[in-house]
Amino acid sequence: MEWLTGLLHSLLATLRDVLPIAAVIFGFQLLILRRPIPNLRRVLFGFFYVLLGLSLFLQGLEQALFPLGRLMAEQLTHAEFMVEGSAGVLHVLHWTDYYWVYIFAFAIGFSTTVAEPSLIAVAIKAHKVSAGAIGVWGLRIAVAIGVAVGIALGTWRIVTGYPLHYFIITGYVLVMIQTYYAPRLIVPLAYDSGGVTTSTVTVPLVAALGLGLAESVPGRSPLLDGFGLIAFASLFPIMSVMAYAQISEFRARLDARKKV
Amino acid sequence: MWRSILALGKSLLDSLRDLAPIILVITFFQLVVLQQPIPNLAGLLGGTLLVTLGLTFFIYGLEMGLFPIGESMAQAFSQKGSVFWLLVFAFTLGFSTTVAEPALIAVAAEAAKVAANGGMIVSSEQSMQSYATGLRLTVAVSVGLAIVIGVLRILKGWPIHYLIIGGYAGIVIMTAFAPPAIIGIAYDSGGVTTSTITVPLVTALGVGLASSIRGRNPMVDGFGLIAFASLTPMIFVMGYGMII
Repeated sequence: MEWLTGLLHSLLATLRDVLPIAAVIFGFQLLILRRPIPNLRRVLFGFFYVLLGLSLFLQGLEQALFPLGRLMAEQLTHAEFMVEGSAGVLHVLHWTDYYWVYIFAFAIGFSTTVAEPSLIAVAIKAHKVSAGAIGVWGLRIAVAIGVAVGIALGTWRIVTGYPLHYFIITGYVLVMIQTYYAPRLIVPLAYDSGGVTTSTVTVPLVAALGLGLAESVPGRSPLLDGFGLIAFASLFPIMSVMAYAQISEFRARLDARKKV
Repeated sequence: MWRSILALGKSLLDSLRDLAPIILVITFFQLVVLQQPIPNLAGLLGGTLLVTLGLTFFIYGLEMGLFPIGESMAQAFSQKGSVFWLLVFAFTLGFSTTVAEPALIAVAAEAAKVAANGGMIVSSEQSMQSYATGLRLTVAVSVGLAIVIGVLRILKGWPIHYLIIGGYAGIVIMTAFAPPAIIGIAYDSGGVTTSTITVPLVTALGVGLASSIRGRNPMVDGFGLIAFASLTPMIFVMGYGMII
């Protein structure tokens, strides 16, 4: 019974998400373009499936994975867990004592990105548009590795307390240099993948990790240092996707050279 | 009949494979690292089933509804030939999908707390409320503008990296002047604006436009709208923090 009301709740929330989009689309279609939508029935069914699918998805996450993930983020970042790991000796925690946090950040960043629905959508589109040159899985794994590295580095930043903008600005410089060398076809897709990665699945878990960490590390304020993980998660995929294209191009060139 | 059941079964398996990493990570950390039993195993399994079903339906509906409508509208606009209405459509789409985004509402409320703590605004319920609303409108306008710039880029065929690198330079300069408390929020706001429904729609719109305009390559010119939508909020939020 409880999950039914929960499902209804997430259905309403998704509906509120979809309504403005539907209003804009149908408004422009009827008033400005003034032509019927091709395959209207099919499109409406498609919208219905998207709505239903997203509600089930969110409800399932909220019911099963999020509570456990959040609890885990809290427990892993708790100082007691770290002290227990170092055989109960009382000492000032060094940043290396947080190694489980970094591993968790990496693993959760990777796994949530693989399941991110909007990334799947973009990967399907890119696969079709590039006539198969960009693999659905290749792109998703490249983005997931970027997010994983980004979030792991972001947690390390919260522990050590270095200013966020140093990292982000260095990242931008690297992106600019890489843009110059990367194959031209991949650049727009790589820039896009930064924004795509962080939606339904990743943000709630990552935000919990950042806030938990900022609360438990001495000298950090959750209000000031809890932010910034999402920024890491949207910066690093840009680099990893360009690197993916560079590696594919390099391997293709090697193959070509072997054949000659 | 059998064929569609088979296809459904296959996409269910695909979704299950997409979700397997999260389940593995959470189980491993719970059992091996934290060494605790899994609470409410039945609830966890039920939830996983819902997530799997949901992802399957979403992807099914994506190819049936969101992708075709995005592309057919892009084609209709380019046949109509009115740049003005296309840009109005782009702005409205960006603005309306962002202003009600739950992730943004949460971030804006959090930002109002930071601002009140840092003494940038008076620490009262009312001023925090108006600060959060202002921030939300700012981000929504910036996303609307981002889609407009992105669509203009596709129409004109400007190379994307000049615009993006210019944007980065703007962010770097503004970081030096913005109040430190707002920087983290500004950087994060770039990531939270694009929701799961907006992304496929906007991608289909861009690719559709690039493929219906002669001389544009859908791969080079079609992508990039999302990139603008995650760039401009950073600039606008820092600007908001500097003005208020």
